[in-house]
Amino acid sequence: MMEVFAPNAAAFPAQETVQETAQETAQETVQGETRKPASAIRGWHGAAVRLDGVVKAFGERPVLRRLDLDIPAGQFLAVVGRSGGGKSTLMRLVAGLEPATAGTVSVGGEKVSGLVPQVRLLFQDARLVPWQRILQNVGIARGPGWQETARTALHDVGLADRGHEWPFVLSGGQKQRVALARALVSHPAVLLLDEPFGALDALTRIEMHALTERIWRERGFTVILITHDVTEAVALADRVIVLREGEIALDLPIDLPRPRRESSAAAGALHEQILAAV
Amino acid sequence: MAESFVPSEGALSFQPPGFSGDVPREKPEPGPLLRGFRAALGRLGPALLPWTLPLAVIVLWQTAASLGLLSSRVLPAPSDVSLAFWRTLQDGSLVSNILVSTRRALIGLAIGGGIGFALGVANAMWRPAETALDSTLQMLRNVPHLAIIPLVILWFGIDEEAKIFLVAIGVAFPIYLNTFHGIRTVDRGLIEMARVYGLSPAPLFFRVILPGALPSILVGLRYALGIMWLTLIVAETISSTSGIGYMTMNAREFLQTDVVVLGVIAYALLGKLADSLTRALEQRTLAWHPAYASNREAAR
Repeated sequence: MMEVFAPNAAAFPAQETVQETAQETAQETVQGETRKPASAIRGWHGAAVRLDGVVKAFGERPVLRRLDLDIPAGQFLAVVGRSGGGKSTLMRLVAGLEPATAGTVSVGGEKVSGLVPQVRLLFQDARLVPWQRILQNVGIARGPGWQETARTALHDVGLADRGHEWPFVLSGGQKQRVALARALVSHPAVLLLDEPFGALDALTRIEMHALTERIWRERGFTVILITHDVTEAVALADRVIVLREGEIALDLPIDLPRPRRESSAAAGALHEQILAAV
Repeated sequence: MAESFVPSEGALSFQPPGFSGDVPREKPEPGPLLRGFRAALGRLGPALLPWTLPLAVIVLWQTAASLGLLSSRVLPAPSDVSLAFWRTLQDGSLVSNILVSTRRALIGLAIGGGIGFALGVANAMWRPAETALDSTLQMLRNVPHLAIIPLVILWFGIDEEAKIFLVAIGVAFPIYLNTFHGIRTVDRGLIEMARVYGLSPAPLFFRVILPGALPSILVGLRYALGIMWLTLIVAETISSTSGIGYMTMNAREFLQTDVVVLGVIAYALLGKLADSLTRALEQRTLAWHPAYASNREAAR
């Protein structure tokens, strides 16, 4: 029982039977929630992300070696790899949190130099501000009419009635939902997910997958999901790349119909292929 | 001392005086009046409990004085102190002295606390300021500020400025240290998040950094309040023509030990009042903190 709730349990093929049962429950949710056509909300769009010969080194140690990557607008890309493979560094470069040592990163055709307002980042820990109420956390940047947009965003993640509470009363999954709502408030063109589901238990994680997928389909932004959970990558992404020692070891399109059943033979084969490359 | 902690049979059967767990067994059918009294006691109990020890000390003290075990030259009886209280209250000297002292304390706290806070913020947020100032501040901090009283008297005479200056120096350092520490230990992840989410410096400071540092700053404030009264007592005792310190010093000249004790009690109560106010401030400003939230739930 314990293993089911351990983070990354899904990364081990031996536990697939357990995953399947849990996945079926989630599948119903997905089907129920994805009646809206993709990009139903007008004015929302994704932005293409492009990396040209990107090198990142910390001192003498190279983390990314000449990375070329083209992510079309609206694509759901998963980046899989072992710890220390450069996944998080890649994400920090796209967010503009760190400059590249060489090469260029561009978002929506513009070169990244410093923080990019149309890129939002979901961290592994939700990073809610403990002394701001949930609604205030969602509207942390306090744009014009922030309360209304924050309320809408909270409603979208299913926490409409929790806005007046303090973050510490929330469970881990709920905190990540609030963090997702906070990212949605500013209508991002690119959403970066830095293993935000890694610390959640298996069932909550599957719920969060369904929620993320639904919102992505509605809004059509570009998603880069960092994960070391291959099952998660296959379940969510249009395309999976494997980063190994700072290089792309595999670039694999996932052409499975949505909503997905990861128990299918095709998913299993892709899963095997990715694991072999990691 | 050590024996009381050995869990011998005697120690195990001991029940603290306020503990009423086995009273109902002796009297199985308490009347409605008694029940109401007990319920009221149960509700007031947590509020009264902290005062049990001071009250017990006063009772013991009064008994000893009344039995002549305690000379009034050494320590006046609580009844004499009460009379002194009534006397000084009526001639207005008690209130005016307390007001004078409080005023000095608060002005000193505002000046010193403001300086400590500003330096703490500057040094914690801006490396060059830390490099330039921190070593100097650490040196000054370790000078007992009461040691410079002779100098202060030379500089300011025995005017208000001298006392306020001393209080300000005394309170500045605990607030400086705790502000600095509080800001430095704010979760880096939160600050990074706030930057990614587009907070400019001022909202970042007021919405993320300052509230994050506040628990530590309030600890500094509580320390500072203690030092504030301590400094003021010493300063008023040495050089003053008003204030509680002067009142007690003056009383010593006339061997009025009751007034001296009254002054000491006034300091104790003022200190306690200041501490309670800070606690209330903590409860208010740290409502987001699970520890304070649960305290409040328990108090209901």
